[in-house]
Amino acid sequence: MANSPRPIAMIETTLTINGTRHEVNADPRTTLLDALRHHLGLHGTKKGCDHGQCGACTVMVDGERINSCLALACMHDGDEITTVEGLGQPGNLSPMQDAFVRHDGYQCGYCTPGQVVSATAMLGEAKRGWPSFVSDDLDTDVALTTQEISERMSGNLCRCSAYPGIVNAILDADGQQPEGEAGAEIVNLVLEGAQ
Amino acid sequence: MDLSNLNPFSSSDHRETGHLKMDKPDTSRRLDEMQQGVISKSLNRPDGPLKVSGTARYAAEAEADDMATGVLVGAIIPKGRVVSIDEDAAMKMPGVLGVFHGKKLLRNPAQGTANQAPIQPDGEVSYMGQPVALVVAESFEQARDAAITLAITYEEDDDGVFDPKIAEKEKPDGKQIDQGDFDAAMRDAAATVDSRYTTPVQSSAPMEPHASVAQWNGDQLTLHGSYQMLNYNKNELADSLGIDVKNVRILAPYVGGGFGSKLGIAPEAVAAALAAKALERPVRVAMSRRTVFETTMRRSETSQRVQLAADKTGKLLGLAHHASVSNLPDEGFTEPVAAATHFLYGGGSRRFTYEVARLNRSCAGSVRAPGEAVGMLALESAMDELAHELDIDPIELRVRNMPEKHPESDIPYSARNFEDCLRQGAKRFGWADRRPVPASRREGDWWIGVGVAGAARSNILGESKALVTLNADGTALVETDMTDIGTGTYTILAQIAAEMLGLPLEKVTVSLGDSELPEGPGSGGSWGAQSSGSSVYLACEAIRTKVAKALGCAAEDLTLKDGIATGGNNRKPLADLLDGPIAQEGHIEPGATMENFDQAGYGAHFAEVAVNAITGETRVRRMLGVFAAGRILNAQTARSQCHGGMIWGIGGALHEELHHDTRDGHMVNGDLAEYHVPVNLDVPQLDVLFIHQRDDHANPIQAKGIGELGISGAGAAITNAIFNATGVRVRDYPATLDKILPYLPD
Amino acid sequence: MKPFTYERATAVADAGRSAAIPGAAIIAGGTNLLDLMKLQVETPDTLVDVTRLDMHAMEAVDDGFRIGALVTNSNLAADRTVRRDYEVLSRALLSGATGQLRNKATTGGNLLQRTRCNYFQDTNARCNKREPGSGCDAIEGLNRILAVLGTSDHCIATHPSDMAVAMQALDATVEVMAADGSSRNVALQDFHVLPGDTPHIETVLEAGDLITAVTLPKPVDGSFQTYRKARDRASYAFALISVAAVITIKDGRFDHVALAFGGLGPKPWRDPAIEDVLRGEEPSTALFGKAADVLLADARGYGHNDFKLPLACRMIASVLRDASES
Repeated sequence: MANSPRPIAMIETTLTINGTRHEVNADPRTTLLDALRHHLGLHGTKKGCDHGQCGACTVMVDGERINSCLALACMHDGDEITTVEGLGQPGNLSPMQDAFVRHDGYQCGYCTPGQVVSATAMLGEAKRGWPSFVSDDLDTDVALTTQEISERMSGNLCRCSAYPGIVNAILDADGQQPEGEAGAEIVNLVLEGAQ
Repeated sequence: MDLSNLNPFSSSDHRETGHLKMDKPDTSRRLDEMQQGVISKSLNRPDGPLKVSGTARYAAEAEADDMATGVLVGAIIPKGRVVSIDEDAAMKMPGVLGVFHGKKLLRNPAQGTANQAPIQPDGEVSYMGQPVALVVAESFEQARDAAITLAITYEEDDDGVFDPKIAEKEKPDGKQIDQGDFDAAMRDAAATVDSRYTTPVQSSAPMEPHASVAQWNGDQLTLHGSYQMLNYNKNELADSLGIDVKNVRILAPYVGGGFGSKLGIAPEAVAAALAAKALERPVRVAMSRRTVFETTMRRSETSQRVQLAADKTGKLLGLAHHASVSNLPDEGFTEPVAAATHFLYGGGSRRFTYEVARLNRSCAGSVRAPGEAVGMLALESAMDELAHELDIDPIELRVRNMPEKHPESDIPYSARNFEDCLRQGAKRFGWADRRPVPASRREGDWWIGVGVAGAARSNILGESKALVTLNADGTALVETDMTDIGTGTYTILAQIAAEMLGLPLEKVTVSLGDSELPEGPGSGGSWGAQSSGSSVYLACEAIRTKVAKALGCAAEDLTLKDGIATGGNNRKPLADLLDGPIAQEGHIEPGATMENFDQAGYGAHFAEVAVNAITGETRVRRMLGVFAAGRILNAQTARSQCHGGMIWGIGGALHEELHHDTRDGHMVNGDLAEYHVPVNLDVPQLDVLFIHQRDDHANPIQAKGIGELGISGAGAAITNAIFNATGVRVRDYPATLDKILPYLPD
Repeated sequence: MKPFTYERATAVADAGRSAAIPGAAIIAGGTNLLDLMKLQVETPDTLVDVTRLDMHAMEAVDDGFRIGALVTNSNLAADRTVRRDYEVLSRALLSGATGQLRNKATTGGNLLQRTRCNYFQDTNARCNKREPGSGCDAIEGLNRILAVLGTSDHCIATHPSDMAVAMQALDATVEVMAADGSSRNVALQDFHVLPGDTPHIETVLEAGDLITAVTLPKPVDGSFQTYRKARDRASYAFALISVAAVITIKDGRFDHVALAFGGLGPKPWRDPAIEDVLRGEEPSTALFGKAADVLLADARGYGHNDFKLPLACRMIASVLRDASES
């Protein structure tokens, strides 16, 4: 319970974010997530739980998706970070971002940057032949079915529960046929003569 | 009912004034006559590119020079009071700027539409985790450390009440109903159901933690907040701070989910405002996930008893729904468990009772579909039990019990289509293939079963204003303080304006989430789309009248499409027709149609589950929701809303349970690792079907609420499917494996 | 999170020496340590970052397969050799956490995960593991997820790892380097210790010890391998119970039998007595029941977690049946 008797020594960290080099001089306790949001003005990466339990903070470090809330910025000195801002911007969206828009793979949008970054990295994992818990045979390469996508994306919670749209967006971005069309059928029973 | 003798234009002056009080049904269905062809279409959200690129700014992301960060400190006693706080020690910690406590801090958030400050307990503690101080520091890291080490001395009372099972109960006035002779109905029935159900505490758990950034300019407070109902929130905030509402501005252009938890002003907003005032610099307070669980609204646990008395054909003679719920002392909200039971099915003899335990655990309030979300789990399970008892198909049983008029108030229904939902759903889902005998379908280690449940959620119209400006360049601006919490408000208001004004969607800009804009209804109670949509519609109607005048034709003869006005023998682009912008406020008020007609959205849920024969784990394999909710404004965003509700149904049926320790009322699993909201793999691809419907009694756009309809009854379809799969009737939600395991068939 | 001094280790030998100083903690993936530091359950004065040390390799060695302590859960699960020869390990890893967490979490760190007991994580609750001698609020509290085997009056926490359960069934060995630079091997069986009256002591590691690798013995030829995990949602949930199995059948009788369990005890649970009961016997429902009886002979439920006993019986029978039919 004692007070901190000593001043907190700042740490200088070099991060390459979306191709641009940044120097961050921060408290060693600063997570990669808070460095992005509070020190670099990159708010696209979201804080949903701060404990690795929701995935809203997903970024790529050297191409691999991680929870930036459970990473100290100072431990990533020299690393290449990709955030959602680096994937694409309005008018120049990445294929994954564009697919999320077309399949309504979101509602409130708060988990969305994490979903998009996670999905982008996940396709890379699948291309490298990584299996998942729902893969039947670990010895062969795995086809990215809806179930495979759902399992691999289960680290990104969406409380609005846009999961069906998220899965369709990923199928689309992977060059597969999404399940069902966008939107829902509105059946007119009067015109159809039913009832 | 026959509406032909009602004059649809009785309030025709609303086409001049933009104001309509909904005293009579509006059968003009003007939106159906429009030519632009964007309404109801599956159009993508205009805010989508901002959301997928991380460009949309949420509350905590407001920037200001010299921002300080605050962290709330929660009480570690369940009942008593704060005696002293060691501010001096905290102030010696690096970076700490201040410790704030005292009379103005909120005990808990305001209940939805409270419009005034919630309880400000001045150091009295009513539950574990109650915010008792805010520690502000230069950085988040410093504030978090100082908050967790802040030394507070408490005086603890020993009379806390923590266990709803043994707590004394209040019986609120006006909620107890006894109609006919219910006991006689039970006695004389050919078949009865008398079952007890429980549902646990649940949490909204929106992905964006509640957050506020407060900044003062003299006496003027600007608060970037994550809130659903700015027209109420500004009054609640002003009242909490003891300042004039004219000095409060709340901005909430993007809200990262709410589900009821952001209806009323919450402790972080008031604490941030107090600190920012004292420190004379902007202060950001974002709740930790744990604080979100502990200090925002929980859904009350419920203990329910449903009694059904039926003749041998399944016709209900009597029906009773008893509910036991809880809340903090002196909190007005009572979970309206039987909300849908009152109007969904007939049965002349009826009994409803409510009791409320006053507990020292976190505050209970609105969570997506308060009432229906839990009440229909019980009611729709009980109907399934009755169907099984009488060996009647569960769909037939429901159809046989659809009353002509409201069984208690005797008023007529507005548009219903409940039977259509069930029948169309049965066809689409393949209900005919169901095996009625439980535990008769097995695939490997899995028992397979299907279930059905009805959905119903009352429809409400809220007063709403919106300002629409049509510019000569063929663009339009819609402005209201309404919010888009993921529900699609930006999209559907743009669609309504585009349809009415004959503009391509991209020509319409919608500005939301600023309390200085005309007062909308706010997002809550599934009333947002139809209420704010109606005010936009009314503004556009009045603009059309002015355009018609300019063109020299009758308003009824005007066609607006792609920026061109046609009417009489004239055809002109808006640019040639208008001298300048036309700005018009639209204003809708609820009226007699809400009193004289029972309005609700209806639906039917179908689920197929697999229950593991070894472990008792349940997985949903298929789910279909069929809904009738008036005009669908955007089939894509409406479907997403229904998906959300249905998936909440999966969570409520199978996983979600917030535990409070009955020894001291503290929340045990207040994090997203142990409070199990559904993950992607819990959810199969879902099917949604809408029934074409126009509810003329609801509002001039004939639309009804949909955000909560999708959850109502959804979980019961799943537990009914578990019964069909295994013969195990789970009445204590959620249906985790331990509740199924002991009864699994061999 | 308390302030700490951050040190980046550049040599394996230095890391141990730095970590031997009281108040110092080693950090690698950080997925568990940072989580607990934010809650102030863990309050190190110094963090020794070992992630730049050369412990990232996986390689076939003379007596099996050696996994560097810094190999991530993802890379280990995806390794072709592991997928072919040690399928149970790959499946266990893939059943745990999420893609993001597995990309960060390391082999060494996974073995040292702390319990998910809610009362351990809540600094306002009494917990003998977090604060020795303070008492245990879990025993009479909400204990649904907690242990039924190997508990004591002081602690009923479970070990949360999936990976370690599989490694237990694979007879893994942990390589440890001490602060003085000396190395030793510890059988995973002996690595974790039961709580007794010192639940804050979870492993045999001493101050300054650094896990450098885990070695798996040569694969069991033709073995049936599986990892079953019962949990409260389909993914991203800790095991209520998990079973790792490596089994061979010879002439219609159980031959090699290795069974390990997660979610039942304070450590990845392996009981040689069960294997003795099965080895050399013909599979039968009665035999499966006998195995379950042996497993649960000393089991004790604490109310909310009583269901784990029948669940364990069903899961063990199911795994043995599948092995015998494979």
